[in-house]
Amino acid sequence: MDKTVNQKAWFLVLPVFLVVAFSAVLPLMTVVNYSMQDTFGNNQFFWNGVGWFKELLDPSTDLGGRFLASLGRNLFFSMVILAIEVPLGIVVALSMPREGWTVAACLIILALPLLIPWNVVGTIWQIFGRPDIGLLGYVLNAIGIDYNYVSNEVDAWLTVIVMDVWHWTSLVALLCYAGLKSIPDAYYQAAQIDGASRWAVFKAIQLPKMNRVLLIAVLLRFMDSFMIYTEPFVVTGGGPGNSTTFVSIELVKIALGQFDLGKAAALSLVYNLIILIVCWIFYTVMTNAGVERKVQAESEPAVEPKPSAALKPVPALKPKEGVA
Amino acid sequence: MARIDLVDLAHSYGGNDAPQESFALKPVTMTWRQGGAYALLGPSGCGKTTLLNVISGIITPSRGKILFDGKDITPLSTQKRNIAQVFQFPVIYDTMTVGQNLAFPLKNRGVPKADIDRRVAEIGRLLDLEPYLNRKATRLTADAKQKISLGRGLVRNDVAAVLFDEPLTVIDPELKWQLRSKLKALHRELDLTMIYVTHDQTEALTFADTVVVMHDGRVVQSGTPAELFDKPAHTFVGYFIGSPGMNILPAEVRGREAKIDGHVIALNRSYDNLPAGARIEIGVRPEFVEAVAPGPGLLTAKIERIDDLGRIRFARTRLGDAKLAARAPAGFTSPDGNAGLKFDPSHVHVYADSLLVEGAA
Repeated sequence: MDKTVNQKAWFLVLPVFLVVAFSAVLPLMTVVNYSMQDTFGNNQFFWNGVGWFKELLDPSTDLGGRFLASLGRNLFFSMVILAIEVPLGIVVALSMPREGWTVAACLIILALPLLIPWNVVGTIWQIFGRPDIGLLGYVLNAIGIDYNYVSNEVDAWLTVIVMDVWHWTSLVALLCYAGLKSIPDAYYQAAQIDGASRWAVFKAIQLPKMNRVLLIAVLLRFMDSFMIYTEPFVVTGGGPGNSTTFVSIELVKIALGQFDLGKAAALSLVYNLIILIVCWIFYTVMTNAGVERKVQAESEPAVEPKPSAALKPVPALKPKEGVA
Repeated sequence: MARIDLVDLAHSYGGNDAPQESFALKPVTMTWRQGGAYALLGPSGCGKTTLLNVISGIITPSRGKILFDGKDITPLSTQKRNIAQVFQFPVIYDTMTVGQNLAFPLKNRGVPKADIDRRVAEIGRLLDLEPYLNRKATRLTADAKQKISLGRGLVRNDVAAVLFDEPLTVIDPELKWQLRSKLKALHRELDLTMIYVTHDQTEALTFADTVVVMHDGRVVQSGTPAELFDKPAHTFVGYFIGSPGMNILPAEVRGREAKIDGHVIALNRSYDNLPAGARIEIGVRPEFVEAVAPGPGLLTAKIERIDDLGRIRFARTRLGDAKLAARAPAGFTSPDGNAGLKFDPSHVHVYADSLLVEGAA
């Protein structure tokens, strides 16, 4: 096939390259550059090689200790909110009405927390939980529960977790609801005829039909909670002590508080790498789930293969000609 | 295993107070024999699925009773009714193997494991699903899945009836025949009452020994395929069954004569006391009208075209405003585009307001 050569096309692509270079490649390279150096201000830099990275992964140093501790807190936080939000989201989705005007009402109510900006969510809960003027904090203290998220680590954690559950369970519930809605009525009728109990219907029909959306929900919530910054920063500021300091908060402290550009750059690269790996797992799992099914369908002969409609080879897609 | 009686049964999706004309299922009283193979035939929206769902208990009827062997089961839930139903689209439980799918209804009812295994093996053999019992059910073809749906119904040995709601819709045409003969074979072997909903007359006539024709929420006729063909009780049945359908012509009927366009057609029976004011029509199947060369004493019609169906040819003719199909014998040609029509008097029926009128001998 003859390929049309038209160098003018570069002029069309060039602006994009430039924009991407300035907005992504250059900043990223700067960060890589910083991560290998140390600076004492005045734009003076000293080569440090992989020193920061070594320190970062060594818990006995200050940097490593802080990073690994916040990473541990982050992982624990993600696990806890997943363990709460996923089952809770399923229960909410299951108890939602299937038709009528109440559907619209439920959907709007569920969507509300998702529409509120992160820092507003944080502010809401910060005030809500204050023992002096906050409704929650005041009521809890009034009934004799000593609650103060500013001074008590457990209270701080509980507040951050409840806040996240309040903010994001809706997402899981909406995704599950979409999955549930796609189940045809015949399944429920068949299950009725088969004498299935409520639990059996859930296990045999609803859960399997929801598993794709649940996968999405789990991974979205994992990534989001792993990158959480605004809400705990607004509510607890990472305290009391360092008890609710997550990786992103630690990063901002090092980069903007201490102005340790080298350490912060190394930390953000590693942090970025972890998130990339999670994204990659997310992507692979998602695509493979589909591919696997196809491969199995093709490799194993179908039961009583249809004589005429047997798998026809799909004609290879021809690239359009004339497009350089 | 049971006889099913419907007593003055009716259903309206708009509630019992809705005007009766709007009922999805108008009052019906009928009996389904134990061991019968029934087809519920009718066009889309005629109420056949509603009737089926009322029998299986998915819908509670607005009015009337359902008796299984004389016992009123109207208020019972689907679970307690011992009914099996196969839906239009195959319903299988994705995460289970074929064997677990078949075992599901028994497991839910707390049947001992040994009995479950025995029944599953038996049904698997009966439906030729044996090689797949340990495979995941998701990856099977549509007809295999439909067999699993059926198997889940058959696996319980106490089912009163098996209901089919257009079960072959998603099956390839060449496999439809196989599956349908499988159903017939199962029916003979298991002595089950089977009710089969369809809008396809071929499917109904080949499957059932009794065909129940529904039209606009009403059961208009129930009988053997031969009865439906020879003596349709309602003009709709005449029109719906047979291809081409029955010719229905407005006529004046007096005694043993029917008059169309001033032309007299002899009748086999005498119709003296037709209801006054009713719309009178005669119905005759195209098979019993012969197109011949126009001649004296014959009703003359204009030929629009001749359909050659291979074994038989039908002349499509026009008679004033009415259309009429007639059998064109071999070698029939028309010189001037007209044909004389010769009626077989023993197969000309008279209808008053669409309902068959039995004449006096």
